[in-house]
Amino acid sequence: MAGIVPALVVVAVIIAVWTLAVVPMNAHLTADQAQRDGLVMTPEAPAERQEYSGLVLAFKNPQIIPLTYTQTRPRLPSPHQVTAELYDSVFTKKITSKRSLVYHGWVTLSATLLGFAIGTGLGILLAIGIVYSRTMDKSVMPWAITSQTIPILALAPMIIVMLGAIGIQGLLPKSVISAYLSFFPVVVGMVKGLRSPDAMQLDLLRTYSASPSQGFWKLRLPASVPYLFASLKIGISAALVGAIVGELPTGARAGFGARMLVGDQYGQPMVTWAALFAAAITAAALVAILTLIERQTLRRMGMEAA
Amino acid sequence: MMAYVLALIVWGFGWWLNIRLSHSPRADTRLFSLLIPIIFGLTIVVMWEILVQMLDISAVILPAPSAIAARFAVSTHLLWADFEQTILKGAMTGYVLGAIAAFAVAILADRSPFLTKGILPVGAFMAALPIVGTAPIFVRWLGSDWHSKAAVVGVMVFFPILVNTVAGLKDSTAMQRDLMRTYGAGYWTTLFKLRLPAAMPFVFNGLKIATTLALIGAIVAEFFGSPTVGMGFRISTSVGQLAMDMVWAEIIVAALAGSAFYGLIALMEKRVTFWHPSQR
Repeated sequence: MAGIVPALVVVAVIIAVWTLAVVPMNAHLTADQAQRDGLVMTPEAPAERQEYSGLVLAFKNPQIIPLTYTQTRPRLPSPHQVTAELYDSVFTKKITSKRSLVYHGWVTLSATLLGFAIGTGLGILLAIGIVYSRTMDKSVMPWAITSQTIPILALAPMIIVMLGAIGIQGLLPKSVISAYLSFFPVVVGMVKGLRSPDAMQLDLLRTYSASPSQGFWKLRLPASVPYLFASLKIGISAALVGAIVGELPTGARAGFGARMLVGDQYGQPMVTWAALFAAAITAAALVAILTLIERQTLRRMGMEAA
Repeated sequence: MMAYVLALIVWGFGWWLNIRLSHSPRADTRLFSLLIPIIFGLTIVVMWEILVQMLDISAVILPAPSAIAARFAVSTHLLWADFEQTILKGAMTGYVLGAIAAFAVAILADRSPFLTKGILPVGAFMAALPIVGTAPIFVRWLGSDWHSKAAVVGVMVFFPILVNTVAGLKDSTAMQRDLMRTYGAGYWTTLFKLRLPAAMPFVFNGLKIATTLALIGAIVAEFFGSPTVGMGFRISTSVGQLAMDMVWAEIIVAALAGSAFYGLIALMEKRVTFWHPSQR
């Protein structure tokens, strides 16, 4: 908790820079708009205004500075505009409405969670296989590590078409991408965790004449829990990115990715920004929930969270 | 039926070979630890080829490896152009700019403990967010050519590198810093002779994470608009034309580029941090 004041200061600086940047970013747009509304601009010809940078233009025409913050289609919306749009599309729309971000958020979130569950389950199973089978370790593990260097998201459009061709649509294709992305962090983390008990601890269990399954349930699995949570936190944000990107190339009609695309194509920057922030908040909330579960679990197990 | 039997036989043979190899006394030699995963990969590819050929699976669903290889061979000029546009121009420019910026900010932040404390949590938080979603905004600001891709990549790689560098700069022990002080070393000498070298394992960790992010950012940003060249562009249009062999060829390029990029950074790491226990 000691870091909360410095963190807040850094956030405040970021917001301040953003607020200041709104003026030069929107100056040209606002100047054109203001001239059409009858205000006198300093270089009168729009072509001449293009010669100046946004900052210079704003200084020459100080009367447009407040107007830059209220553009309906700004290049850079101001923080309060984004907050307002976010509030509007989350709280004032019915959640069944196509314009509600709660509705779109749920579409993306359900794909994320399903994919995360699949990816985590398969990842843990594969990790157990790798730890207990020397052959799997030697043949699969190098591929698991190599696959992390591959931009897997390039597969996204193809997976969706492939699954679409055999009649699977909607939630599952996006979940497959999410699962794929959360799969490898879990495998690598779990393998590390299951191997974390040292030789002394393993020997101790042998002197207790513990069976291999007891060794697994009582030593290896508990020892892997901190590693598992570390991977889960990486995995869930990767899963969310996977679900969002899975919505992009196929023209999905719902979800955060679809909202970003719609905002981009129909010239409604606010929609894109609101979707972007909603996605960021969702990711943060997911990681926060996992951190909370981690802390509780580790405390119950008598460990201290890192 | 025949196809499944044949595929199973191939699988069985490959797996049997790997069991033999991985339990042989020479299993830990360099040759064997390279051979075993290659046999595993080959087994998968041969099974894939058999199943696709014998079950007559439509090329729209899954093209055969031979078809992908053929497509790769005839369209190398196209693949090269896409590689140049997306990886060399978009991803590399963004990666270098993002890394330099992150490095500079980390060193600035390092001068004040207050800033360090503030930047670490905010940076770690930003690194977990879906930054790739900023792609439509950057495409709108900077146009659809590679500049906007470089910007997306720069922002994406910035936070992991920043967090790791800041953490690395704190890594030297109080004893080591005290020793530097007794030598009469000032801030800058301590930074260059002790703390930056000590931070290098962390920095390279960040750089390695960022390689994949860079490729993802450059490819995904092209889904939001690009000139008629580039890997993301080619993937999305080839999917539209159901030319799956082309998509797979692009994926192979992406995989090779990703691995080579990662390997390059790992090689540099080996040269720079030769003293670190993990390298010995």
